[in-house]
Amino acid sequence: MTTAKPATSERLAVELSDVNKWYGEFHVLRNVNLSVHKGERIVICGPSGSGKSTMIRCINRLEEHQKGKIVVDGIELTSDLKRIDEIRREVGMVFQHFNLFPHLTVLQNCTLAPIYVRGMPKKDAEEIAMKYLKRVRIPEQANKFPGQLSGGQQQRVAIARSLCMSPKIMLFDEPTSALDPEMVKEVLDTMVSLAEEGMTMLCVTHEMGFARQVANRVIFMDRGEIVEQNEPNEFFSNPKSDRTKLFLSQILH
Amino acid sequence: MTDQSQAHVFTPTPPQPPPANMVGVVGWLRANLFNGWFNSLLTVFSLYLLYLTLPPLVSWAFINATFSGTDRTMCEASPHGACWTFIKMRFNQILFGFYPEGEQWRPIVTFLIGLGGLIGTAFRFAGKRWLVLFMLTGFPIIAFFLLAGGYFGLTEVETAKWGGLTVTLVVSVTGIVASFPIGIMLALGRRSQMPIVRSACVVFIEVVRGVPLISVLFMASVMLPLFLPEGMTFNKLLRALVGVTLFTAAYMAEVVRGGLQAVPKGQYEGAAALGLGYWKMMILIILPQALKLVIPSIVNSFISLFKDTTLVYIVGLFDVLEIIRVSTKDANWIGFEKEGYVFAALMFWVFCFAMSRVSLRIEKRLDTSHRK
Repeated sequence: MTTAKPATSERLAVELSDVNKWYGEFHVLRNVNLSVHKGERIVICGPSGSGKSTMIRCINRLEEHQKGKIVVDGIELTSDLKRIDEIRREVGMVFQHFNLFPHLTVLQNCTLAPIYVRGMPKKDAEEIAMKYLKRVRIPEQANKFPGQLSGGQQQRVAIARSLCMSPKIMLFDEPTSALDPEMVKEVLDTMVSLAEEGMTMLCVTHEMGFARQVANRVIFMDRGEIVEQNEPNEFFSNPKSDRTKLFLSQILH
Repeated sequence: MTDQSQAHVFTPTPPQPPPANMVGVVGWLRANLFNGWFNSLLTVFSLYLLYLTLPPLVSWAFINATFSGTDRTMCEASPHGACWTFIKMRFNQILFGFYPEGEQWRPIVTFLIGLGGLIGTAFRFAGKRWLVLFMLTGFPIIAFFLLAGGYFGLTEVETAKWGGLTVTLVVSVTGIVASFPIGIMLALGRRSQMPIVRSACVVFIEVVRGVPLISVLFMASVMLPLFLPEGMTFNKLLRALVGVTLFTAAYMAEVVRGGLQAVPKGQYEGAAALGLGYWKMMILIILPQALKLVIPSIVNSFISLFKDTTLVYIVGLFDVLEIIRVSTKDANWIGFEKEGYVFAALMFWVFCFAMSRVSLRIEKRLDTSHRK
């Protein structure tokens, strides 16, 4: 046991043990336990208010947990600001509303963190940014401002911006929920190709097609708890709990 | 054509020009001046008001006005016109106060450097960091040595001799340049997680904002010497500068705080998620957006500061308004207050209007939102 432990924790990208969180009196996360292996792709679903966003936001400390332990890439999250910044450098996040910086061009959005957080020379940062903008297939928009782009393009820029920090883990918080229906596919395609390259991903999403296609594991949450988790085929065809069945019957028409 | 099952091809309708009565001079008049009976009535009424006020004003200020001569005799010959001779004779004092005549090129050069820098920042090189940096650091130092002298072969001109527009501009520009960073720091402090920093900022802002500027200046001139050791004098101008700066900083802090609150939470989170620390997040992401949002309010504060500088007469400084007021009390020129104050108002308006235009320009330059 004792010898095996460092080996497992080395393979673990994220480990949550007995994580609890309250907003004032409201108990949002209740004894959440989750281990994510390196290279694993996890889709988290559940009704609104189930704590799924809160859970992944705890992983890069956008939310603070009050009880339990979170270890990300071998570093335990505490209130130590240095460690938080260290973890945030390695964990990329894509938000529902993109959160691009409107006063900077697409290229500047992408080079900002490599330059000011990693201390990379501007030229190198721009090279890397262009590489990732090509990967998300919008290099021609590099000198535009986010406000000039469509929602789908903005979200792809947001993905490229995260990738520029060469993160070990990517968190996606409902990345397609704010998009017009015609633009969902282009963002999902980008995420699929990212998954194919072996990125460790945690995605909060209701795109069940995406879950079937790329997830190693689907997690269903309700009322701050993980109700059920399974590999996607089993999860969709043979849900164990009646709460999961009800949820699936409501979102899969 | 024959195959009915073939999919219908969608051809977009090409755009058409707008109807003729929407464009041109007639279109503009109809839309803006005679749009309905109420607006037409207002237009006619406004024209009537202009007819009542404009001709007498023009006749007083220009047609019947006296521009020549060196004393009041010419003016008394034309009692229904303005006596601009008074302003002409006092113009040097209005600009420089008692600044020695041979040295007056120094305030002029300072003013030109400042004006050039401002125009450059607003119109030509917006975003050029070196220019902004020069205006915020190099220019105040150059201005100080130019105006005060005592170094580099320049004769020293003590601040007691400064006056007129020179003092007004020195006080307001220093107030603007110095209160801006202090205000930003106070705003950040007020939103800080650290209780001591936060309370200190709240107390400072609330105390200073709760007191009229006139009493801040009064305290600076009357109270401060009481606390200082005997014989130690504290420059009058410096007192006014400190008072005006701290006073404006408190207002600036609240304006900036409004901007900080208007920046969406997602921007803080986006920056934090990339691993930016507090200062980098503030300087690179949050403040540029927050300040841009509150440019109108910032300029509002600056304009109001500019006009408030007239209160420095409390500490015994001769700003432009005080110089004019004193001049109208001069036995040689008694009876020409109207001209003096009209001219003062005009000067203040020119500067305030310029500030407002420059700020609009900067706003446009910085706008990257591309709202439709």
